[in-house]
Amino acid sequence: MNDIKVHVKDLDLHYGVNPALKKVNIMIPEKMVTAFIGPSGCGKSTFLRTLNRMNDLIENVKIDGEVRIDDIDIYGKEIDVVNLRKKVGMIFQKSNPFAKSIYENIAFGPKINGITHKDTLDEIVEKSLRQAAIWDEVKGRLYNSALSLSGGQQQRICIARTLAVNPEIILMDEPASALDPISTAKIEELIHELKQDYTIIIVTHNMQQAARTSDYTAFFYLGELVEFNKTETIFSNPSKRQTEDYISGRFG
Amino acid sequence: MKSSLKKTSPKTFNYDISKKRFRFSDWFAEKFIKSIAFLSIAFVILIFVFVFREAFPVFRMDVKETVTAEPMVQERYGVDDKSAAAEPEKSKETSPAKKVSVPSSTLLSKDWMPVSDNPRYGLIPLFLGTFKVTIIALLFAAPIAILAAIYTAMFAKPRLREIIKPVIELLAGFPSVVIGFFALMVMATVLQEIFGYASRLNSFVGGIAMALAAIPIIYTLTEDSLTAIPKTYIEASLGLGASMRQTAFYVVLPAAVPGIFAAVLLGVGRIFGETMIALMATGNAALVNINPFDSVRTLSATIGAEMAEVVFGDTHYSVLFLIGSLLFIFTFFLNAVAEFYLKNVVIRRFQSKK
Repeated sequence: MNDIKVHVKDLDLHYGVNPALKKVNIMIPEKMVTAFIGPSGCGKSTFLRTLNRMNDLIENVKIDGEVRIDDIDIYGKEIDVVNLRKKVGMIFQKSNPFAKSIYENIAFGPKINGITHKDTLDEIVEKSLRQAAIWDEVKGRLYNSALSLSGGQQQRICIARTLAVNPEIILMDEPASALDPISTAKIEELIHELKQDYTIIIVTHNMQQAARTSDYTAFFYLGELVEFNKTETIFSNPSKRQTEDYISGRFG
Repeated sequence: MKSSLKKTSPKTFNYDISKKRFRFSDWFAEKFIKSIAFLSIAFVILIFVFVFREAFPVFRMDVKETVTAEPMVQERYGVDDKSAAAEPEKSKETSPAKKVSVPSSTLLSKDWMPVSDNPRYGLIPLFLGTFKVTIIALLFAAPIAILAAIYTAMFAKPRLREIIKPVIELLAGFPSVVIGFFALMVMATVLQEIFGYASRLNSFVGGIAMALAAIPIIYTLTEDSLTAIPKTYIEASLGLGASMRQTAFYVVLPAAVPGIFAAVLLGVGRIFGETMIALMATGNAALVNINPFDSVRTLSATIGAEMAEVVFGDTHYSVLFLIGSLLFIFTFFLNAVAEFYLKNVVIRRFQSKK
C-alpha cells in the first residue's frame, strides 16, 4: 500500500436534520484509483464532494469530523477553499465544458491563476490535452467551441481542463455514466494512465467499471461506509453480507 | 369484492367507446380560451392598423382635405389671418392639398412648432431628446441592474436574496406617475443643488427617473438569465480553483450575455415608451443640442402632452400618430430582437448541451 493521501476520521454530514453520512472513516492511498460504489442515495457522491468542499455551496449542510489531506484538516479555520480546489480537482457526471473554445476551456484554470504568457499557456494546453489523450483529436481545431465535440470528447476536455491546474487528487463523479461504451473505455484507459501521477477517486454506479479501473473499493450503504478494501478482495471475498448482496446484484 | 361488483349494474362499467362523444363543457372551454388568446392578438393588430391609418395622411399629398381644412382656423389661435397669409411657407391656409404636403417636408427640420403660425413638425429635436434621455437612463439603469442581479444570483445568501429580489421587482409595479412626481418634486431640486445647472427639469433628471422605471425590468431578466446558467458550470469553475468573483465575471456573466442583452433591449423599450415620467421630469422643451442638463422633449411625451389639444384629423394630429407609429415600430423591433435572442441564442446554447 502506498502512502495515505486522504485520511477521513468520523465524518458526519447532515442536510438540515437528515443525516447523509454517518461516521465515515477511510484512508485513501496516494497514486492509486479508489472507487466508491453503492446504490443511489447512499452518500457516495456526497462524500466525494466533501473532499474538495463542494458541499459548501449547498445551504444547511453541517459537517463534523476530520478530513485530512496530506495531514492538513481541510475543514480547519485557516483553510483557503479556493486553493484547496486547485489541489483537489473534480470531474462531473455531466461533461460541462464552458461555452468557449477548446483552448479557452483548458487555459481557463491557468489564466485565473495569473498565467498570462501566451507561450506558457500554449504549452500547458498542449500538455494537458496530451495527458487527457485527446490532443490528436482536437489539435487542428483548438479554437472551435468545446460544445461542438462529442460527449466522450467533452468529458476528456473536462479532464484536461482539470489537469491544467496541476491537481494532486482528481475526484470523478460518475465520469462515464452518460457515455457510450467506446468513450467509456477511453476514459477508463485514461484513468489507468493518470494514476501514475495522481490520486484518483471515482464514484461509479457500474460495478464492472469499479472492478476494472480501481485498486481499492469502498462500498457505501445508507450513508455508512460498509466495507473498504482492495478491489480484488471486495469483489471476490467480501467480508460483509451487505457488500456481497450488492455485488451479486441482490439489491441496489 | 365480487359481490359488490355484481351489485352495481353492468351498465355503469359499460362505457361505450365505439362512438365519439361530444362534451360541451370541454368544447366550450377550449374555444373560449382560444378566442381570448386570439382576441389579444387582434387588439395589437387593430391598434397597429389604427395608428398607421391615422398617421398615413402625412405622406399623402392630396387626400383628407375635407377633414383637415375646416378646423384649421381654430388651430391658429392668437394670430390674425392676414399676417399668416402673408408668409410664403404658410401653405396651411392656402389649398388643403398643399397644406398636407407641408409636414412631410418639415419632418426633418430642427423645429418642433406644431401650433405656431408657420407650423413646423421637425422630429429631430424629439428624436434627439428621446435618444438623450434613453442613453442617460441606460447608463444609470444597466450597470445598477446588472450588478444587482449578479449579486443576488451569485453572492447573496438565499435569505437575503428572498428580500432583495422582491423589493427590486416591486419597483416595477410603481406607477410611473409616482416616479415622475418624485423626480419632479424631489430629485430635480436635489440634483440641481448638487450640479448647479440652469434648467431644473432636464434630460439628466428625466433619465435618472426613467432609470428607476427600467431597473426592475433589466434586473429581473438579467437575474433570470444568470440563474439559468447550469449549476454544473459554476461547479466546474469553482472546482478548478476559481473564486466566486472569478466564476461570476469570467464564466457566468459571459455565458449570460445574450440574455442580458435582451434584458437591456427590453429596458430600452420601456424607457422609450415611458410617457408620464418624460412629461413630468424632462422639461418638455424641444431643443437641439447634446447637453444633458438642458430640457428635452421626448417622442412619447409629445403625444401625451399634445394629443388632448390637437384638432381631430389635422396635420398635427396625423404627425402625432406618425410619432406613435414610429414608437410602435421601434419598440416592436426591440422586443422582436430581444425575443429572438432569448429564444435562439440563450436557450439553444444550453439545451443543446443536455
